[in-house]
Amino acid sequence: MTTLPTTTQKKLGLVIDLDTCVGCHACVISCKGWNTENYGAPLSDLDAYGGEPEGTFLNRVHTFEVTRDTAPPMVVHFPKSCLHCDNAPCVTVCPTGASYKRQEDGIVLVNESACIGCGLCAWACPYGAREMDGAEKVMKKCTLCVDRIYNENLPEIDREPACVRTCPAGARHFGDFADPDSNVSKLTRERGGFDLMPEQGTAPVNKYLPPRGRDTLDMPDLASMCDPAPENAKGFLGWLDRALERL
Amino acid sequence: MTQPKLNLSPQVSDEVRKTTCYMCACRCGINVHMKGGKVAYIEGNRDHPVNKGVLCAKGSAGIMQHLSPARLRAPLKRVGPRGSGEFQEISWDEALQIATDWLKPLRATAPEKLAFFTGRDQSQSFTGWWAQAFGTPNWAAHGGFCSVNMAAAGIYTMGGSFWEFGQPDWDRTKLFLIFGVAEDHDSNPIKMGLGKLKARGARVIGVNPIRSGYNAVADDWVGITPGTDGLFILSLVHELLKAGKIDLGYLIRYTNAPYLVNAHDGPEKGLFLRGEDGKPLVRDRRTGQAVAWDKPGISPDLGNGVEIGGLTHLPVFRHLADRYLSDDYAPEAVAERCGIPAPRIRAIAAEIARVAFDEEITIDQPWTDFRGVTHDRMVGRPVAMHAMRGVSAHSNGFQTCRALHMLQILIGSIETPGGFRFKPPYPKPPEAHPRPHAGYAPGQPLDGPHLGYPLGPEHLLIDDDGQPKRIDKAFSWDAPMSPHGMMHMVISNAHAGDPYQIDTLFLYMANMAWNSSMNTSQVMEMLTDQNPDGSYKIPRIIYSDAYSSEMVAFADLILPDTTYLERHDCISLLDRPICEAEALADSIRWPVVQPDRDVRPFQSVLLDLGARLGLPGMIKEDGTAKFKDYADYITNHERRPGVGPLAGFRGNGTGQGRGAPNPDQINRYIENGGFWIDHIPEEAQFYKPWNAAYQDWAVARGLYDSPQPYLFNLYSEPMRKFQLAAEGHGHRQPPEHLRARLIQTMDPLPLWYPTFTDADTDPADYPLHALTQRPMAHYHSWGSQNAWLRQIHGHTPLYVSGDLWTEHKFAEGDWATLTSPHGKITLQVVRMDALNPRTVWTWNAVAKRRGAWALSEQAPEATKSALLNHLIHELLPPKGDGLRWANSDPVTGQAAWYDLRVRIEKAPEGQSLSYPAHPAQASPVPKAPQDITHQVKA
Repeated sequence: MTTLPTTTQKKLGLVIDLDTCVGCHACVISCKGWNTENYGAPLSDLDAYGGEPEGTFLNRVHTFEVTRDTAPPMVVHFPKSCLHCDNAPCVTVCPTGASYKRQEDGIVLVNESACIGCGLCAWACPYGAREMDGAEKVMKKCTLCVDRIYNENLPEIDREPACVRTCPAGARHFGDFADPDSNVSKLTRERGGFDLMPEQGTAPVNKYLPPRGRDTLDMPDLASMCDPAPENAKGFLGWLDRALERL
Repeated sequence: MTQPKLNLSPQVSDEVRKTTCYMCACRCGINVHMKGGKVAYIEGNRDHPVNKGVLCAKGSAGIMQHLSPARLRAPLKRVGPRGSGEFQEISWDEALQIATDWLKPLRATAPEKLAFFTGRDQSQSFTGWWAQAFGTPNWAAHGGFCSVNMAAAGIYTMGGSFWEFGQPDWDRTKLFLIFGVAEDHDSNPIKMGLGKLKARGARVIGVNPIRSGYNAVADDWVGITPGTDGLFILSLVHELLKAGKIDLGYLIRYTNAPYLVNAHDGPEKGLFLRGEDGKPLVRDRRTGQAVAWDKPGISPDLGNGVEIGGLTHLPVFRHLADRYLSDDYAPEAVAERCGIPAPRIRAIAAEIARVAFDEEITIDQPWTDFRGVTHDRMVGRPVAMHAMRGVSAHSNGFQTCRALHMLQILIGSIETPGGFRFKPPYPKPPEAHPRPHAGYAPGQPLDGPHLGYPLGPEHLLIDDDGQPKRIDKAFSWDAPMSPHGMMHMVISNAHAGDPYQIDTLFLYMANMAWNSSMNTSQVMEMLTDQNPDGSYKIPRIIYSDAYSSEMVAFADLILPDTTYLERHDCISLLDRPICEAEALADSIRWPVVQPDRDVRPFQSVLLDLGARLGLPGMIKEDGTAKFKDYADYITNHERRPGVGPLAGFRGNGTGQGRGAPNPDQINRYIENGGFWIDHIPEEAQFYKPWNAAYQDWAVARGLYDSPQPYLFNLYSEPMRKFQLAAEGHGHRQPPEHLRARLIQTMDPLPLWYPTFTDADTDPADYPLHALTQRPMAHYHSWGSQNAWLRQIHGHTPLYVSGDLWTEHKFAEGDWATLTSPHGKITLQVVRMDALNPRTVWTWNAVAKRRGAWALSEQAPEATKSALLNHLIHELLPPKGDGLRWANSDPVTGQAAWYDLRVRIEKAPEGQSLSYPAHPAQASPVPKAPQDITHQVKA
């Protein structure tokens, strides 16, 4: 058993906007690229050019359809990575202390040199957000790019997770949820940000913004917007003549 | 509790090299992080005008493309039969000698016997120049099977179209309509734009049979029936006209809406009435007289005509209104055909009208128009639209694209704030483009550029007997306005010797033996077909590619290209530019690493070959090579005095657009992050076709040589000229069998007609439409060789609607066979409800032939995937009239990929592999590694 900090000074995490995510997988591959080169072992790809390629990804995008009775079906793209929970069951289940939540910012990490690859944490995570690396046999997970966000070798503007920096649609936001005035706290308040599977009691830090209403366009007929409409202004030519006169 | 001590500031890289991405056609700026001279990590360049720092999945996976096991390693000479993939590696000297020995006699005797077609080439102004110097009329790139309808309709209608030609005013638009888009076309800019609209709460309406990608985030989704977009658009026009929600002032000032159309029967009928000075005439409302369109102080009429010679000649707008006010375009009349309820069509028209006219926006920026009138502000209609291959790749695509542009123009939203904005060097009307050329003679260069914009039958490339001069039959009566050529017709025409035999087929970056051809299985047969004496029907095939694609197996000689990180390129204003609505921009690629194989950049090889062939412009007076390599050409070639491939840092380094060659130019680009940008002055940023300040700026930058203001062509006079010919007027006459079709489809006002396939298909036989979509994470056939991207999309399920799922009693894991009049494919089915109920679809270009791309033969790309291409023929099925009609747009020749009709049947129990399953080709590259644990150590 590994203990969680009672509080953390910051609560760093992501807001993911399900209204805006087009499902392009830019975040998935940018994460793969950065984390293959950086924190811990590279993210491997087994059978990379074969019949059953299987690689390690710290972030994946799922797609769901929502069918509705009176409106067209919706499609929601749902990027998923570690949610850096306050009550992270992946940490408390860890037999070696390899899984831990940082006191200073709340990031949940795996100390790879202490990881024995038992996989208990992956079983404990209700979100399926951890992946055992097939080559290295250590547990991999989102680090919130802990090696970017404080990195003095990067320009200040780039000190954010790779997935946030690359997202073309601007659907991913990074910040401190402990600060009520941060961009992520504001977005969560304004857009009804929600916890994923709150009934699990994990108290996730990351929040999702729900898709806005879809297929709500409901306009009156054009004729009612016109004064007068050509139809009841003695025909199109009559209307045209008067309209040109007014120009 | 103790936490491990982390290094929070690891060294990211020891150098960042800034170049241009080539993982799709967007051409984003990238930062390539190097460690110990190797590529370690790729991210977007924040300063770059195209992507401003973001990067898509493809771009970030560039490292795996660069390290792909499918990379060719050396020149190859075929040693087995064509198609087998059996090759011998040879030296460059031998390869270039072979190519020279084949091509030199051709140039001396019959240059047209070389057909040189480049695929997703980003150096078309260079490859076209080379082909012109060689003297063959047979050159084009891939536009004919891509989105030429969109490009051509845009140029002919308003002097530009979407993507490279222009963009929505993302920062101001309040309503955005997006019609069927191939997602590699402007992909990051569209995603960034959608993000801006979403952040502002602007409404997005997606028109697409499939609700994926952009349509998934659209506020409103219109699941239209394929091939009916034009009808839907004209119904919107009907509603707007009926309600008078059109911008009459805009139409009078900036379009040919007031031009009077000649009503006299005869060879002038339907052309504009012109004065003695040749100027089109309009009716002045004050005097009732016909006067020159640009006479100062007049008040042009839009409704009434002028009586001359006993006939009333009406203005364009009156013809337009008479046509679209017809009940044929009423929402009720089109609803069933389009698969959109009439109230929904009404609601969309009303929303367009509301936003355009009730939410008008203004910018307090004075500007002066070409008539010399100064306006104190810029007024805009904040409705923007975007469309691409979805509406384009139909046999009614050209007219559909015209209709879309007409809709934009009628509400006054082109080049106004909040609407659609051109990117320089556009706007550029058809008159400002060249005409097409095909004048060839032994040992001589071609008489002018290959491609251009015909303005009437006099510009067709046909001989005195009406026979096409080009092997692809572009600019013939089959496709009179085909400004991108028709690459998809080259192999079948060359195989048939129609209109003539060729000797050498030379292809670059075009997987024509697979996903880039219709009728793939038969194309492979054509490439291997032999004469009775054992010689090949297409005698010689040279191919250049960086990778072991399917096409490689069908070539006799392979010239291996580098990856995009290993070579020079220029993203040139002479070519397919990357400008912004507010700025002129171009960029370069440069070798951030050197190749570790015996490969050479294709463009440098072409210059070498050109010098060996003694082509004009490529040799010095002493006969030696003029250019050392492509970088030398980029720096020193001048298309016109002072205007070269790159516009930035010319002359002494300060020249913008114009200036003498600067030997330090490429270094200046590298120092500047790989690109150059020059902002358009504020007063010149809107109304570009009519804005005097923009016109003057464009001349100063070398985009034009004199100001060229023009009016938008709601009515296309060049199209009417082709129609007149089909009606029997004029010296150049179409063949009899094409007359009726030309009269119908060359209509000078936009129209909709059913796609040729729909018109000739009995719904009882083929009740469904079938489409492909390009995954956002792939670009044509390249994605599957990429170890990361193929894990996102590694096979091609067939997506079917809930209705079909129930009707055919499908269960999870079932397979189904799709049958078209031309062929069959078998795929595993997946249910998708957010889909037009009578449409099925799968991913484009993921399927692979066994043995290609260094993938294992068990790869799901080969075993659980199939191309829709097998179902699509370049010709329509026989109709019993003794003729075979092209499966193309009749105006531009664009391949009508999305006209496909099919039926579906559940496959027998036990199906476990996709069909068709072609035999494996031998791989010219070694087996790929099993596992990858890639990390670059500094």
